Amino acid sequence: MSEISAEQVAHLANLARIALTEEEIEHLTTELGQIMQAVEKVSEVATPDVVPTSHPIPLHNPLREDVPTDVLSVEQALSGAPEHDGTRFVVSAILGEEQ
Amino acid sequence: MSDLIRLSAADLAAKLASGEVSSVEATKAHLDRIAAVDGAVHAFLHVNAEALETAADVDRRRAAGEELGPLAGVPIAVKDVLVTKGMPSTSGSRILEGWIPPYDATPVRKVREAGMVPLGKTNMDEFAMGSSTEHSAYGPTHNPWDLDRIPGGSGGGSAAAVAAFEAPLALGSDTGGSIRQPAHVTGTVGTKPTYGGVSRYGSIALASSLDQIGPVSRTVLDAALLHDVIAGHDPHDQTSIPDAWPSMAEAVRRADVSGLRIGVVKELDSDGFQAGVRQRFHESLELLAANGAEIVEVSAPNFEYAIAAYYLILPAEASSNLAKFDSVRFGLRVVPEGGGTVEEVMAATREAGFGPEVKRRIILGTYALSAGYYDAYYGSAQKVRTLVQQDFDAAFAKVDVLATPTAPTTAFKLGEKLHDPLSMYLNDVATIPANLAGVPGISVPAGLAPEDGLPVGIQFLAPAREDARLYNVGGALEALLVDRWGGPLLAQAPDLSTHELMATEEGVV
Repeated sequence: MSEISAEQVAHLANLARIALTEEEIEHLTTELGQIMQAVEKVSEVATPDVVPTSHPIPLHNPLREDVPTDVLSVEQALSGAPEHDGTRFVVSAILGEEQ
Repeated sequence: MSDLIRLSAADLAAKLASGEVSSVEATKAHLDRIAAVDGAVHAFLHVNAEALETAADVDRRRAAGEELGPLAGVPIAVKDVLVTKGMPSTSGSRILEGWIPPYDATPVRKVREAGMVPLGKTNMDEFAMGSSTEHSAYGPTHNPWDLDRIPGGSGGGSAAAVAAFEAPLALGSDTGGSIRQPAHVTGTVGTKPTYGGVSRYGSIALASSLDQIGPVSRTVLDAALLHDVIAGHDPHDQTSIPDAWPSMAEAVRRADVSGLRIGVVKELDSDGFQAGVRQRFHESLELLAANGAEIVEVSAPNFEYAIAAYYLILPAEASSNLAKFDSVRFGLRVVPEGGGTVEEVMAATREAGFGPEVKRRIILGTYALSAGYYDAYYGSAQKVRTLVQQDFDAAFAKVDVLATPTAPTTAFKLGEKLHDPLSMYLNDVATIPANLAGVPGISVPAGLAPEDGLPVGIQFLAPAREDARLYNVGGALEALLVDRWGGPLLAQAPDLSTHELMATEEGVV
């Protein structure tokens, strides 16, 4: 499989919304390459005839009546927010100047 | 040291029930112990200011003749991964510093309803990513057996708290061994229940298909008593199993291994494990055999791929779960200089709020899930998961439980593996297969490794839903070993008050 480049790590950091520093990107590029090399071992046995398992215990989708139960109040839901106006979360601009 | 803190939870509960001791006295004794030794151990991130008030309330209810549960009045420490109403919950991360959740996690609610007294929140690797607690944003926890060594992880705080007699019981979470490996290196007991056996509601998710909440204790009976309190169906957790559970405490009380078939996984009984770890493992098996168990060798050829699969599945699920830390609804918000869009604020917040291991795993998971790589990485890892399950199925067709050493080595030195992620990941080689397959596991003290005098655990694994088998074999082995040792293993642990003084003099703490 492909080598991981610093540009790729920078792209992944952007996708993951983490403003990594240049130094962090450099470190992670090396580490990620080593870790991926180790975990690629899975391909040795993951042959096409093996069925994937997403969940360890087989379960059915539990459904319930669509009625409100013990949910948080607005006040409780906002209690940990860095900024709110009493009824809603407050965020900064969604679009930047160039958008 | 007060005798009250040396008691098992079961013995303390008996004294509370008989009125010989009050919950206020028991809680005060543990708070005093925390004040005396936690500066050196650092098991706690937060101590509950309302603990004595809660204890007094239980005492009042008992005096009024109210019928209380078997652990009512017994203090308990809570891993910081579980959200707690009125107590800060950080999951070991800077990004949640100071956050006080508006609700209780289900296991916490159950513990409170059982009349137990939360003492505080215990330290952990950030978002449970690690095997040493060194990845906590608030500094590492120290192993009570040797303060220069790791207490295991991610739940090193909970394990160290019970090992240092700061709490008789604790709650932990186990995604790849975070309850069992700390038990192994601290000479304590820890159980990962069957996946879905205990509700994950209010547990700050690491990898949702692997996470499980479970008990941490000094004795097998205590773990079983706590397991009985926290287990059971919860409609708030879609993966919660609706089955009724038998009493785990009864399984310990009736422990009997005669005729029990114990499978030794030959792939996990190799030169890769420290000599003293293997020695104590085999002595434990001989003891069980001498008491009627049948020891059988079994093979699990795909276990060697489990770590690789785990380090694809875990980061993938974690990168998705940790997207919720967006600087909007809770926790830290860092605004870049001169302001920024909501995305720029989010990126700056996550850069400042996450530690190096969390960033490493988020980037790794984002990579494993990216278009073009998904099938090769995440898809292949899910296939390995099937193969590991098939190995378990084949083994459990021949034996009742499996046995392995819990981890490859005794506690290593703080700092020793901090900058070598791959070597840190290898700690979980024996514990990860259970999480991939959803089966339950327990680690029970097996002795001290002769070469370094540090604790060693033995792990038992059972088929899904057969958690009671773990308590049967664990309880039986514990009784045999305590008899051989002439007392519990932790009686051989260094006297922490002396240790603390020495460490302080040397400038370690």
